[in-house]
Amino acid sequence: MMRRLLAHRMFWPLLTLVLLLALNAAFNPGFLQLRWRDGHLYGNLIDILNRAAPLVLVSLGMTMVIATRGIDISVGAVVAISAAIAALMVGGQLVIHDGVQTVTSRFPMPLALAAALGVALLCGLWNGLLVAGLGLQPIIATLILMVAGRGIAQLITGGQIITVYYPPYFFLGNGHLLGLPFSVFVAAAVALALHLALTRTALGLFVQAIGINPAAARMAGVPQKLITVGVYAFCGLCAGVAGLLVSSNVKSADGNNAGQLMELDAILAVTLGGTLLNGGRFSLAGSVLGALIIQTLTSTIYSIGVPPEVNLVVKAGVVFAVMLLQSAEFRQALRGWVSRPAPGAVR
Amino acid sequence: MSTTRTSEAGTALLALSGIGKRFGAIRVLEGVSLALRAGEVHALMGQNGAGKSTLIKVLTGVHPADEGEIRLGGVPIHPRSPGEAQGLGIATVYQEVNLCPNLSVAENIFAGRYPRRGWRIDWARVNREAAALLERLQLRIDVTRLLASYPVAVQQMVAIARALGMRSRVLILDEPTSSLDKDEVAQLFAVLRQLRGEGLAILFVSHFLDEVYAISDRITVLRNGQRVGEYTPAELPPQALVAAMIGRELSAERLHRNAAPATPREPLLAAQGIARRGSLEPVDLAIGAGEVLGLAGLLGSGRTELARLLFGMDRADAGELRVRGRAVRLEQPAQAIALGLAMCPEERKSEGIVADLSVRENIALALQARMGVWKHLSRRRQLEIADGYIRALGIKTADAETPIAQLSGGNQQKALLARWLATEPSLLILDEPTRGIDVGAKQEIMDEILRLARGGLAVLFISSEIDEVARLSDRIAVMRARRKVAELPGGADERTIGGLIASEAA
Repeated sequence: MMRRLLAHRMFWPLLTLVLLLALNAAFNPGFLQLRWRDGHLYGNLIDILNRAAPLVLVSLGMTMVIATRGIDISVGAVVAISAAIAALMVGGQLVIHDGVQTVTSRFPMPLALAAALGVALLCGLWNGLLVAGLGLQPIIATLILMVAGRGIAQLITGGQIITVYYPPYFFLGNGHLLGLPFSVFVAAAVALALHLALTRTALGLFVQAIGINPAAARMAGVPQKLITVGVYAFCGLCAGVAGLLVSSNVKSADGNNAGQLMELDAILAVTLGGTLLNGGRFSLAGSVLGALIIQTLTSTIYSIGVPPEVNLVVKAGVVFAVMLLQSAEFRQALRGWVSRPAPGAVR
Repeated sequence: MSTTRTSEAGTALLALSGIGKRFGAIRVLEGVSLALRAGEVHALMGQNGAGKSTLIKVLTGVHPADEGEIRLGGVPIHPRSPGEAQGLGIATVYQEVNLCPNLSVAENIFAGRYPRRGWRIDWARVNREAAALLERLQLRIDVTRLLASYPVAVQQMVAIARALGMRSRVLILDEPTSSLDKDEVAQLFAVLRQLRGEGLAILFVSHFLDEVYAISDRITVLRNGQRVGEYTPAELPPQALVAAMIGRELSAERLHRNAAPATPREPLLAAQGIARRGSLEPVDLAIGAGEVLGLAGLLGSGRTELARLLFGMDRADAGELRVRGRAVRLEQPAQAIALGLAMCPEERKSEGIVADLSVRENIALALQARMGVWKHLSRRRQLEIADGYIRALGIKTADAETPIAQLSGGNQQKALLARWLATEPSLLILDEPTRGIDVGAKQEIMDEILRLARGGLAVLFISSEIDEVARLSDRIAVMRARRKVAELPGGADERTIGGLIASEAA
């Protein structure tokens, strides 16, 4: 029983998460408390879920890309582009009409959301075509958009931080549904839809076959290019949705900083979740857990009062420790150091 | 079983006797003897799988022999590694050039054994001795230039120079000419003749019969891991050599198939002048339903290239392909599959199996791809299909959920066969389906192919084993030098086929 638990691929990511939460609880006794107020659930845990939602989304897209042996380092830039477009198109200004104050958006909000997501999808398609069509190395292909995308986002925002004044837009990243943050539902819906698409269609089999042996997959008639393009497009779309959540949450868009280093957090989340970077077998649940671990870690660093100038160093140190903990080889070695050889045993 | 000259065995520089070697349950060498004399070029001949490579590996210490004795200059030796063999004076040049193109010629020759002066490498000596070694091979080149700046033929010489060192007495060349053109081969042979004149014993493996006759003083033929005999070229003309390689008794037990289509129907697949620059000259080919068309030819003869064009793995740049009378242009395998074609590729590991996936997923893959992403085969349906084929083809696996990489080569091949049978194809292309698998599985796969053909499946069967092609096929197309050189009726004499395959020498 114990052994099977230990061998389960979700065991170590889960343990890591629990340990991080326990660490928080030790520093801050009220950490695990949940309160019900004004029909909403409040608490640090809820906060973490809400803040993790964009990273969960990006990690889901990244998982699929990595499963096909690829990588997408442009997701952070796509988050910024999507946020910039949405913020610019929603905008919002105060109109006083017959003594009644109303706030109007520059364009209808659904149009703004559709435009932001559409452009994010195009970004993903661009990456996919570079990889599958031109045969570029995924890291190089997406590096182009990673660099250019920030520029595009700043072009859209005119180098400024665009503030959104249209309250309905705030619902995405700050609203609540059934007492929980709306963003959690968005992330959960995408995860569920992806899970269904992978298990109820042949997509899961094809993606794995492509990741493990692209030549054999092509030989067997798997539409390899189409799926590769589709996977990058999906990853771009996920980053787009994440961009909406991020900009809605902070009620503004910053072309320079939105989604910064998110690509690395996403790759880390996927890895923490037990998906190998060389493609093939993957775990959606693992990636979700990975994203939660990273967000919990970020929150922890702030909540236990690590000075801001060293927080990246602390984060790197913890990530390193977590990676070691999840490495079977390291645990084996550790066991050797900790437990002394039995009396009489020859080393 | 045939004439053997043993008279001069006493003077042999290198004498192998009674060499036996098994890999697991498979006997790859049995009681093989070979006598290599100083100052001769000795050709080692045999079909794929006859045991040539294994014999060389035994000789060079890669695989120690299970039984038998190796004597060098009358002294028993037991090389346990290629390095040890080289130390004893046995130099080997393998088929692929194992050199570093980004190092200089001299560095390549001495890599790993640089002469030193104190702590430092004595570069002056490296370059001087490298030049001297190449001089011996009649090659005067700047040894400080990068290897990559020289043509393949020169690189081959450098490989020989590296292998030779200064004290070698035996030189083994495994298919040294496969990447050389005619002039380069002539150049290589001039060097070999000179080395022979210096008293070196040279063992030479080649698939090209004309080369064997151009250079060899003696020929040893292997078949099925046994020695057929040792001959001089004069007493063994090319036709007889091919007969010795393929064995006469095989033709006696040939499976007679007279089910060949009596009336010429419209062919299922017809290719006209199909070609691809650099890999295949224009070829005409037609296959009818229920027919087994054998494609015989040596490695590099164009047989695999043809199959790849027919299946859309490569794009043809000339000619026309018709399937059921309709002209088609294939750009990827998925299109060929949609037309009812199926193909087991030659490279089972790199183009066939998806290693980390289960047997079930591997078998279901092509059918699922043919059905598209949306019409999903449920796990249960996949399992039914996989279990069905595991039983029908006798695939030895713990269960359908075992990763396919854990299966033996023969069982992987059967699973790939199952993958394609599950798509219910009308034409099955099999490129070397029996290569690298044990004899039992070989027979089962061949029986299955015949059974399927009788059921109406068209089969394009590619193999370098002439006896297999001759036994299975209704018609045989012979490929040589990237073109189709002949088409023979089924049951054609193996020696005729062998002669056509190798006809330049005949």
